[in-house]
Amino acid sequence: MKLDVRSLWPVLLLALAPLGVSAQTLRIGLAEDPDVLDPSLARSFVGRIVFTALCDKLFDIDEKLAIQPQLATAYEWSADSKTLTLKLRQGVTFHDGEKFDAAAVKFNIERHKTLPGSNRRGELAPVASVDVVDAATVRLNLSAPFSPLLAQLADRAGMMVSPKAAQAAGDKFGAKPICSGPFKFVERVAQDRMVFERYAQYWNKEAIHFDKVVYTPIPDATVRLANLKSGQLDFIERVASSDMEKLQTDKKLKTSRITEIGYQGITINTGKSEQAQKNPLGRDARVREAFELSIDRQGLVQVVMDNEATVGNQWVAPSNAYYAKNVPVPKRDIARAKALLKEAGVPNPSFTLVTPTTSDAQRLALVVQAMTREAGFDVKIQAAEFATSLNMADKGEFEAYVLAWSGRADPDGNLFSFHGCKQPLNYAGYCDAETDKLLNQSRSLRDPAERRRVFEQITARVLKERPIVYLYHRNWLWAYNAKLGGVRNVPDGLLRVSGLKLAP
Amino acid sequence: MFEFLVKRLATVVPTLLLVSMLIFGLQQLLPGDPAKILAGEEQDPTVVAYLRTKLHLDEPLPLRYAYWVGGVLRGDLGESIRTQQPVLDLIVQKLPVTVELALMAFVIALAIGIPSGIVAAVGRGTAWDVAANVFALWGLSTPNFWLGILMILLFSVQLGWLPASGYVSPFEDLGANLAAMIMPAFVLGNAIAAVLMRHTRSAMLQVLGADYVRTARAKGLSERTVVLKHALRNALTPIITLGALELGTLLSGAVLTEQVFTIPGFGKLIVDSVFNRDYSVVQGVVLVTATTYIVLNLLADLAQFLVNPRLRR
Amino acid sequence: MAAAIAASLAIAPAPHAGPWRRAWRRLRRRRGALAGLAVVVLFVALALFAPWIAPHDPIAASWSAIRKAPSAAHWFGTDEIGRDVLSRVIWGTRASLLAGVVSVSISLLLGVPIGLAAGFLGGWVDGVISRVTDAFLACPFLILAIALAAFLGPSLTNAMIAIGVSATPIFVRLTRAQVINVKVEDFIEAARAVGNPPLRIALRHVLPNITAPVMVQATLAIAAAVIAEASLSFLGLGQQPPAPSWGSMLNTAKNFIDNAPWMAVWPGLSIFLLVLSFNLLGDGLRDALDPRQR
Repeated sequence: MKLDVRSLWPVLLLALAPLGVSAQTLRIGLAEDPDVLDPSLARSFVGRIVFTALCDKLFDIDEKLAIQPQLATAYEWSADSKTLTLKLRQGVTFHDGEKFDAAAVKFNIERHKTLPGSNRRGELAPVASVDVVDAATVRLNLSAPFSPLLAQLADRAGMMVSPKAAQAAGDKFGAKPICSGPFKFVERVAQDRMVFERYAQYWNKEAIHFDKVVYTPIPDATVRLANLKSGQLDFIERVASSDMEKLQTDKKLKTSRITEIGYQGITINTGKSEQAQKNPLGRDARVREAFELSIDRQGLVQVVMDNEATVGNQWVAPSNAYYAKNVPVPKRDIARAKALLKEAGVPNPSFTLVTPTTSDAQRLALVVQAMTREAGFDVKIQAAEFATSLNMADKGEFEAYVLAWSGRADPDGNLFSFHGCKQPLNYAGYCDAETDKLLNQSRSLRDPAERRRVFEQITARVLKERPIVYLYHRNWLWAYNAKLGGVRNVPDGLLRVSGLKLAP
Repeated sequence: MFEFLVKRLATVVPTLLLVSMLIFGLQQLLPGDPAKILAGEEQDPTVVAYLRTKLHLDEPLPLRYAYWVGGVLRGDLGESIRTQQPVLDLIVQKLPVTVELALMAFVIALAIGIPSGIVAAVGRGTAWDVAANVFALWGLSTPNFWLGILMILLFSVQLGWLPASGYVSPFEDLGANLAAMIMPAFVLGNAIAAVLMRHTRSAMLQVLGADYVRTARAKGLSERTVVLKHALRNALTPIITLGALELGTLLSGAVLTEQVFTIPGFGKLIVDSVFNRDYSVVQGVVLVTATTYIVLNLLADLAQFLVNPRLRR
Repeated sequence: MAAAIAASLAIAPAPHAGPWRRAWRRLRRRRGALAGLAVVVLFVALALFAPWIAPHDPIAASWSAIRKAPSAAHWFGTDEIGRDVLSRVIWGTRASLLAGVVSVSISLLLGVPIGLAAGFLGGWVDGVISRVTDAFLACPFLILAIALAAFLGPSLTNAMIAIGVSATPIFVRLTRAQVINVKVEDFIEAARAVGNPPLRIALRHVLPNITAPVMVQATLAIAAAVIAEASLSFLGLGQQPPAPSWGSMLNTAKNFIDNAPWMAVWPGLSIFLLVLSFNLLGDGLRDALDPRQR
């Protein structure tokens, strides 16, 4: 019967295996299905994980968030900070054999800026033009100084695709991406898996110890972990915080944790729509302050995240170099909260807290509800699935909203879009001319010390109004086969495949 | 009979149109702007505007529906807004997976349902009846996603006998394919088993009380022959019909089962697409599902018609 | 009342008892159905008397008792924010029973009249209703429910509406088929000959005769609706926190199945028992009410 013969193939293959090179495959489990694999159009966090294998960038960031060379080996700012000159790595080729050179960089930056639907436009807005100085040198001319640029070039905006392939495919490039990373695209079965195989001519091939990488999206954390435990996967991201304790005792697996560069917070409608004025929380900053003071952040972290988070009150974590030490994390103070509410004339403010339907977010809402009740708050919880809640946030049809942000390497990425007037992610509707001025100023300064001083001013201004109550910074929790070595814990939560090795 | 066929066929197209309008309309009612959802984390307003134009989101509803129907008639079901893959490709990729799952589930349902039904009918009124009932019903009484998670924990994590998720094409590796599909097929089939059991039981009871069975018994045929040869045959005749009717249930069940076991089939595709407001995918998938269902029902009706002359009135 | 129905059925009534009485007797004999009925009654009692039976407040969180295993203080253990699982299971009975009964009531209220109209009136009314019903039935039930629940917003009420509306076509079809069967019976002809207006015939003569299969389907549908509520909760569309429902409890519990299995066992078991009981009861009713069975 056909059945018997077919099922012999794996046996035959196994028998043949020792004859060839041992084909090592790295199997990674993702928490979501990535969107389109085109660096210009890509828009999800999880897609960036896949890009680390597929597309090299001009720069990368390391565990300390410092800029490291990747496709660009050196950079130099001009004196007026309006020109950035990059020296490019030699001997790099794209997966289709095309050479990587300054012309390719120029093409890519222009593609990021001009491709219809490109999500990188805003990130590269200040780049006015790109000059090819010579094959190994490229110059970016900015319309105004823009210090977050290097961090942008260490993310999707700095990813380089093959100009020949991109021109041929147009906006369908994402179906068969041709980049210059350590692995090249083989196939993608939507919601099932993405398969990549080793690119033999990769410039850093000594660091690559796998022949194939397969990414599988498994949205359910329990099932994802089950796959890792049963040996079907070698690595999973976003382990549920409640699973970490037991994993410590599992000898076959290792875990790792690192504080994210993002945050978890509650966004309050202070000016996005008329609804802000109708509710005491949106109307009166004192009520918001009372709200913040009635939350025990440490307790929150303990109950909601099983201590797998760090308390915080700003858009960067307290351990971050740009954290403004002049506005430390407040301690819970119910007495003061009650006094503030009395002063504001609303001893029992009531409002609706919208939360996504994920179990973490719902837990957060429940605990916040219980904690703030002691100060007199009556929080009503409304769950909304993602699409609906985005709609509500956009229209300002909410009072408070549990919202997290995955974070960007440069603090500007956590700040500008949220607190700048009318910026796309400013769901609170916060708008202050002086803050806008400071935000633009921070973008134009290059010296970290100077920037920190400006950030301190911004922090003091914004936190006084509390359009967002920042709660904590979650840990990126990974679990993987104990034999997997070379795992680097970078705070952006993306696993880098270079350097990974599976011990026999 | 020809007249009957023509009459029934004539209803297929309006029904399909209605289905597509129903799902199209329902999706438009869903709050949320697909352009915003697809614009991702950064929410760049230019991107949102571009997406709205590309997806004709600002045009009136009937016009958008007309665009879609026009596309379908040309064989173009649109493309997934999320991954830009043509919907037809997605369907061709995933339909065989769900079909395989459904078929395996049906086989398992037969294996559970028919013997239970026989036992229940023969042992009618006794403890055997209850036991067979419970056995077949327990699949229907447990949420399938729940059963799936429990099975994964037992068979994959604890015992390591079966893979926790994933799908391998049977043409690539039949053994791995069966290993990956057996648990979800069992979970799905369990639920249908009850229906088959009920049917087998009632059909057999009907026959067992009939005159010709009394005659067979009087002739001295063993109880076993009576049961298996005559009663069972009566019960088995409309099995295919039942299968066609249960397809809807199977597909509904597949929705969650595929989520839990991460099987890249139709069910998972459609749930994700509803949540992502990926309209074209939902439209396309529902259209294909509805067509299959309607065609199968038509065939089932035809079979009934052929078998039961009374319906020809 | 039995006598009145027997009279309108124009079947020679049995010497002692009407068909309902006989049916009840047959039901009593089927042990599975009786067991099912007993369990259903027990759960209804739990739901009704929840405030007095439950040992703790189902929504009272306690930071010090997070995910504690079953003990004397908490017979079923505690959940991820320290609430008593036993109390939540008892209170959750309300949500699950409501989900089942209200959804099916919606389906009946919508489906039976429409099916009656379709079957009784025939012609183009029947044509339109049948096409629309077919269209609804051609969409996988859960997809309809998901789309409706997503549209209405996640809450138990909306989930019930979504399930109820999605299940309506089944009752439309069932009612219509039964009406068509009954329509051609002699006593209907007789009633019409006597001069009864169609509405009267429909309500007084047709409707009582189709009650039996509709009742059976309704019982089975309640079982399916409880499962559907659990499924919608799995997707985040059912009962919202902090109010308990078995489905949402399962949904949360699945994340903690390794370190707090008791969070999942009890709601899972409860769903299983309740749904199984409704199924057994429904099957028993079908046997009991089926005139072909002796």
